[in-house]
Amino acid sequence: MIMSATTLNYPKPQKPWKPKQKDLIPTYIGILAVLVGTWALVEFTGFAGKLGAFASVIICTTIVSSFLAGRSRGRQAAKNAAVASIITALTLLAIFPVISILGTVLVRGTKGLYVGFFTTDMGLASVNDPLNVGGILHAIIGTFIMIVIATLISVPLGISTAIYLTEIRGPGSRLIRFLVQAMSGVPSIVAGLFIYSSIISGSGRGFNGLWGALALSILMLPTVARTAEEVLLLIAQDLREAGLALGATQWRTVAMVVVPAAKSGLITAMILGIARIAGETAPLLFTTGGGDVTNLNPTDGVMGSIPYAIWKALISGSAESNARAWASILVLLVLVMILFFSARRLGKARR
Amino acid sequence: MTLAEAKQINAPTPRVITTKPRTSDKIFRAVIFTGALSSLVILAAIAIFLGLRGFEILAREGLSFITGYEWYSSVNSDGTASEDPSVYGIGAMLIGTIVTALIAVSIGVPISIAAALYLNFYAPSSIRGFLVGVIDLMAAFPSILFGLWGFNVLMPSGEYWAKLLHKYLGWIPLFDVSTPFFSRSPFIAGLVLAIMIIPIVTSIAREVFSQTPLDRIQAAYALGATKWSMIRAVVLPFGYSGVVGGAMLGLGRAMGETVAVFTVLNIIFQANFQILLGAGGNVASLIILKFGEASAEEIKALMAAGLMLFLLTLLVNMLADLLVNRTVKQGR
Repeated sequence: MIMSATTLNYPKPQKPWKPKQKDLIPTYIGILAVLVGTWALVEFTGFAGKLGAFASVIICTTIVSSFLAGRSRGRQAAKNAAVASIITALTLLAIFPVISILGTVLVRGTKGLYVGFFTTDMGLASVNDPLNVGGILHAIIGTFIMIVIATLISVPLGISTAIYLTEIRGPGSRLIRFLVQAMSGVPSIVAGLFIYSSIISGSGRGFNGLWGALALSILMLPTVARTAEEVLLLIAQDLREAGLALGATQWRTVAMVVVPAAKSGLITAMILGIARIAGETAPLLFTTGGGDVTNLNPTDGVMGSIPYAIWKALISGSAESNARAWASILVLLVLVMILFFSARRLGKARR
Repeated sequence: MTLAEAKQINAPTPRVITTKPRTSDKIFRAVIFTGALSSLVILAAIAIFLGLRGFEILAREGLSFITGYEWYSSVNSDGTASEDPSVYGIGAMLIGTIVTALIAVSIGVPISIAAALYLNFYAPSSIRGFLVGVIDLMAAFPSILFGLWGFNVLMPSGEYWAKLLHKYLGWIPLFDVSTPFFSRSPFIAGLVLAIMIIPIVTSIAREVFSQTPLDRIQAAYALGATKWSMIRAVVLPFGYSGVVGGAMLGLGRAMGETVAVFTVLNIIFQANFQILLGAGGNVASLIILKFGEASAEEIKALMAAGLMLFLLTLLVNMLADLLVNRTVKQGR
């Protein structure tokens, strides 16, 4: 009896700020006006196609929303509403290419895939052979080897740069920070040309995977250094002081306290560095020679890589090679996205 | 003896505090310092080696290496020489580099600023993280992917837009064409580059805008500003130099881009300011184009071209970093 009484008397939660049906009428009319206006623009003017329809939706939304806001709240509000819809539209425009790229790669890339694509190389196949002949095993192996070497070179250098900037803060810190930033803007082709001019050109040495890895490590170093610096800056100062207060030397503090505390962040830095170089093409064109046969030795003979395989398929221009390029880029994109999302995951776990 | 004098006499001289680093610390600092010098060493080595290899050509051509429009090698790749002397000038390619990069910046930067404003001030918090992730993911896309996509997907649409621009705005000299050939134009290369620089410019603009002092934002709202008038009165003036820096960083990226430009651009040795016409160039794609069958002498010329590209992008990047750092530091 008591229970039913309480349920009966229990007041309904009220939301006085909620717009009433009457207040929503202009909004409904607005949506209707946008739909009609878009249809009219697409039908009677040159705004054909997907992007044209998008543009006409934006134009109509801008006009209608600013009219509605202006009618009730004056000119400033009208301007505000118009700008809001333009900014939203431009943001959509910014992410539109991502959707288009992902969609295209998925649709076109899956056509060229088959099991043998991952287990055979192009040694006995030409780029114009049908799609069930040949694969990119050599390229996957080559990319893997070069990434490992480049990581072994640039991660120690990048992390020591970061440690110098955050822990030692010695002379020239500002200059080094500035140079690292400037280095991250060095065009990838310059890195390749540099390795070519300093090591290969005129020396009689041939193309091989090691030189490619050296060129890649130049591009990887600033990414690792900058991310690692940010990570180390996030480590609480208390931890360092605690280490020093226990009588540890700076070396012990950094090695036993700071670096372990920043471990996941430093791994993120490494992964971001790898993601930066995994798809680099231009430096490899000057250094690796881009072989078609599986080659496990980075110091001897030309070595293939996924970007180079895509490049070769792209410039040969036939329909089969184009399909092969799309399939290879699907593999490359999956690799890059795995790296990217694992870096994000680690980054989130840290915060 | 006055009190002050007495104090002076009795006061002990302050002990000089010194730390004597242990040997382990000395070694540690030396090792880390050596590692930290790597960026300086690499940048210097790039300039030295490219300069060394390209010096012969630079000395011979002099200023005409930058201003000349001709690129002709008298030595063929099989070693036979023709009679005309070789001429190396990257003037047309430098102009092409700047034209495509400027197109990229003028399309990409407004979009990036809008996206950064949206992410900071408009986006509902539920989708902000997702959108930031999407734009960051775009930054991780390899440049050959943009090249492939630009060539296969964007180019047909780009040609259509170019024709529309020409049809309606052809009376502006910039959008005029001498022959109706719209394929593989600087405009399309600029579009691809614009898409490529959106992530970096957006992330810098976002960071700069997020540094806007909160009290100024709240003061603007308290004075009755709408969101847009707040942005115009507070956020944009505050972030101005930082955003200019971000735009320059994008400019530097666009100047140095190789593969994506090479796939969508028709490389012709002439100064072309008609951006819709299918003829253009870019120093980086010149190097790729000529490298394959270059003679030893031409390789040296390509090294000199690489040096010019390196110095140009380095200059642009350093200016950009100065501008961005200044804004980010003065924030909250």
